[in-house]
Amino acid sequence: MAEYLSTWIVEAGWDGWGWLAYLLVALVYAALLLNVIAVGAVVFIWMERKISGRIQDRLGPTRTGGKFGWLQTLADGIKLLSKEDLMPGEADSFLFKVAPYVAFAAGFSAFMALPFSDGWVALHLNIGIFFLLAVLGMEVFGVLLAGYASGSKWSLFGAMRQAAQTVSYEVPLGMCLVIPVMICGTMDLVSIGNQQSGLFTNWLIFHDPFTFMIFWVYFACGIASVNRAPFDLAEAESELVAGFLTEYSGIRWSLFFMAEYGSMFLVSGLAAILFFGGWNGPFPIFGIISEATGWSLESGVFATIARFGGLINFITKGVLGVTVMIWIRWSFPRLRIDQVITMCLKYCVPIAAFCFIGVLFWTGIVMPNVNSMLSIEAPSNHEDYTGRANIREGWVKDVDYTVSQHELSLAKKAGPKVLPEAEDDDAQEGDDDKKDGEQVEGNPDEPKVEVEVNKAAFNNLNNNASQPLLAQQESLSKKGAN
Amino acid sequence: MATAENSQTVEFDVRTDEMLVNMGPQHPSTHGVLRLVLRTDGEVISETTPHIGYLHRCAEKIGENLTPRQWVPYTDRMDYLAGMNMNLGWSLTVEKLMKYDLPDKARHTRVIISELNRIASHLVGMGTYGLDLGSFSPFLYAFREREKILDLLEDVCGARLTYSYITPGGMTADLPKGWTKKCNEFLDQFLPVIADYHALLTTNAIFVKRTANVGVMSAEMAIDYGCSGPVLRGSGVDYDLRRDGEERYTSLYDGYAFEVIVEKDGHYPKDHDYPNVPTDAVLGDSWHRFYVRMLEVIQSMDIIRQGIDFYESATGDWGTPMKISTKLPKGEAYLETECPRGQMGFYIVSDGTGPIPFRVRARSSCFSNLSVAPELCKGILIADIPSIIGSLDVVMGEIDR
Amino acid sequence: MSGEQLIDILKKAFGDKITGQNLEAIDPWIEVSPDGLVEVCKFLRDGDTKLNFLNSICVVDYLETDEKKAKKVTWEPHLEVVYHLSSISSKLTLVLKVMLPRWKDDEPGNIPEIPSVFPVWSTADWHEREVYDLSGVRFTGHPNMRRILCPEDWVGYPLRKDYEMPLEYHGVRGR
Repeated sequence: MAEYLSTWIVEAGWDGWGWLAYLLVALVYAALLLNVIAVGAVVFIWMERKISGRIQDRLGPTRTGGKFGWLQTLADGIKLLSKEDLMPGEADSFLFKVAPYVAFAAGFSAFMALPFSDGWVALHLNIGIFFLLAVLGMEVFGVLLAGYASGSKWSLFGAMRQAAQTVSYEVPLGMCLVIPVMICGTMDLVSIGNQQSGLFTNWLIFHDPFTFMIFWVYFACGIASVNRAPFDLAEAESELVAGFLTEYSGIRWSLFFMAEYGSMFLVSGLAAILFFGGWNGPFPIFGIISEATGWSLESGVFATIARFGGLINFITKGVLGVTVMIWIRWSFPRLRIDQVITMCLKYCVPIAAFCFIGVLFWTGIVMPNVNSMLSIEAPSNHEDYTGRANIREGWVKDVDYTVSQHELSLAKKAGPKVLPEAEDDDAQEGDDDKKDGEQVEGNPDEPKVEVEVNKAAFNNLNNNASQPLLAQQESLSKKGAN
Repeated sequence: MATAENSQTVEFDVRTDEMLVNMGPQHPSTHGVLRLVLRTDGEVISETTPHIGYLHRCAEKIGENLTPRQWVPYTDRMDYLAGMNMNLGWSLTVEKLMKYDLPDKARHTRVIISELNRIASHLVGMGTYGLDLGSFSPFLYAFREREKILDLLEDVCGARLTYSYITPGGMTADLPKGWTKKCNEFLDQFLPVIADYHALLTTNAIFVKRTANVGVMSAEMAIDYGCSGPVLRGSGVDYDLRRDGEERYTSLYDGYAFEVIVEKDGHYPKDHDYPNVPTDAVLGDSWHRFYVRMLEVIQSMDIIRQGIDFYESATGDWGTPMKISTKLPKGEAYLETECPRGQMGFYIVSDGTGPIPFRVRARSSCFSNLSVAPELCKGILIADIPSIIGSLDVVMGEIDR
Repeated sequence: MSGEQLIDILKKAFGDKITGQNLEAIDPWIEVSPDGLVEVCKFLRDGDTKLNFLNSICVVDYLETDEKKAKKVTWEPHLEVVYHLSSISSKLTLVLKVMLPRWKDDEPGNIPEIPSVFPVWSTADWHEREVYDLSGVRFTGHPNMRRILCPEDWVGYPLRKDYEMPLEYHGVRGR
């Protein structure tokens, strides 16, 4: 969009104002994502109150905003906004004020790299997981700052617990994320999601027993990373009064809350993408329709509808994850700090390592998957390859031989065609595709064949970063079609 | 500083200061206004000093200015979660001084009512213990059932918390018509609910982790510190005043069949389907104290069932409540009863000059139970404090009096 | 074990430190002199009586403030420290009493002293602090003789019969 706008501005004769387009687009994205967090928090807090109420034989909010208390959170928000801005006398005023924003900004920026549907992502990064993990870890700084700056001993305890907890859960969490990355051969979340298209049996959780196991480890560590019970040690209201939140009130307090609910959705969304096929539903309804009618899934009205469907899929899965977290919170007592560390380092890390090795062997010796065992024919555009692990991104130095061979054969099938030269700002898809493509093209071993994409062979093909050459060609062809 | 001479000292120069932390009097898990001053090194506690008295009303001094009948409401406000048991203790003490014997029907009414209140009290103890450990739902499940008991008690005396129902000489009124049926209905629907509590707390893996082998108190230590009730029995001491107490108190329970809930030869009395003791639990730890309470709930239910049967066929009336102006004989009497939290003792001294006692004393069970806390809370983590204090199940109203 | 037997045993062991008894009372009691208290308690705990459980310590202040009544009373003003003991194993109960003057050396404000039984029963720690706080008896040998229920800067001993509530405490009206 940004590229399109900037050309438009340039064409309109506003030379040198191309950056304006980027700014505008960034603002639009930011506004959209902010609403995801803000509205998400409002909905989740309402949901939490309703669900916890039902769990505990209560009704939860019933009056505000009609029968189900829809507006309870909003009313609470207004109350929080109107509260006096209190700061303890002993607090480090600057850090005390900054801490909620740090926590919130971390959660917020992590949303930038989270795809909500096929290609619907604010910032399409080919290292999406890496970015998410790094930025999610930043949220801890907010907690640490809050605990330190409050000038209260309870807050300090909370912060120290958070530090200890972070050290312990980040290790297994990282190891859990490595496994889908290894299977898919990419860190690009859009690509990982697309590789699980087709039937639900293509979802990574059903890839092999090890991924099934590792999902639970991931979810446990994910709960720990968002400080939810039974890992809410930094808050621990029965031990530390309210931990790092003790001295916070009003809108600053609610910013921490929004960050918490934001990251809850983030962690469940990540789980959905990595293990539950992301925006791909259990049955490829849109793929079937597309095949039957010939409507394109790449562009046009139907593609947009399909992506909306994907968005709904994704949000449903994310909300389900959040619901499970709420359920767990209201069922379990809290662990002790040493038990959390023990659990993460002594149990989760070995399990994750074991699963990593297991998955490595499973994919290495090509064990049967659910599809072949149940003899289901799960249509997927990615089964064309001998295995997911054979795909490599451009940034991996030696491009896998089989991939190039495969591409070569496809190219031969399609037949050579001379293409018009591609201009930089003409590419409509994300620019990392192009970079990958260039890198591959720069590889001397790679046969330089330019092809028109054979649509029949790749009817469902998306802008998959793992097939750089083809992706670029596709985009070019699309441009030709437009 | 880092010279060649003292390079050794530099290495150890990094040290952490011990921190003094005030836990309470306003703290979510200190059950009221208990204040603990913790000396901690990081999360590890090296010393715990309880400070009590924030709820001190000097009820004993008030008792020196009121007649025994007038002082009954003050006993309600000691252990406000088990007002009936407090009333019972005081009434029995005054009756002991007056050498008054109860009619049969009143005896069974007292048993039913005090055991019912014991269930309500244990439900609060159980629920708040879950809350202390971060589990919110069992608390509300407990309060839901407690609410039904309070409804029953409200039917009996009109009050929900401070009953003043049992008074010296008997009861203020008989049980209402049809009440025993209601009570039986409650017991029938309550029994299956206990399985939920066991699932959510007693056998929950995290709960066991948090409580097993935490705050272990040996039997000798428990006796030495004057602990009583479930705290004493949780340490494996076979002592229950309902069986071992004074004649005047145990005679209430004449004819009732019940077994003292205590671990004997590695297992608890098994007359119901209880969950097993987890392997990491050590006798005398927080888990056992909690477990004893849970089993006592069922035990009390059995006693109430028997009591209702006895009540239906009992003779006599609900006693003749002592008049406010009744003159007390000269003498002194001390009596302890088995309250939900332990042995609650009342001591009354009368100089024989009028209806007002010369001296009144209340021996609080929680007072002694809490005095063991500094000993238990040594070298543990901060998170264990709620686990230990909660398992002692203290009520500040009773400690401070 | 009957009361007479116990008194015989105690008198044999401690002689004139057992200063009195009342076996006809509702709760039979034995009076012990302050200097023999700890030894008697140790004997009762470790001997055949096995009175290993200290239920309560309290003080009764025998003073009649009402002048009309004071003429009728038969006793001299004094303090009675009452120890209620019981045994977990033998189900025995016993009341020990120690008589003390209301004020040491008859100087009002100079509170009497009695040896602490903290070495015998740990629970005496808090009970003795409570007695000190409310009734004004100092227990010598107690490791931490501070007020427990009242604030540390409280003046007076509320359970004394001649206690008067202070007019104000830190700006709070007392009466």
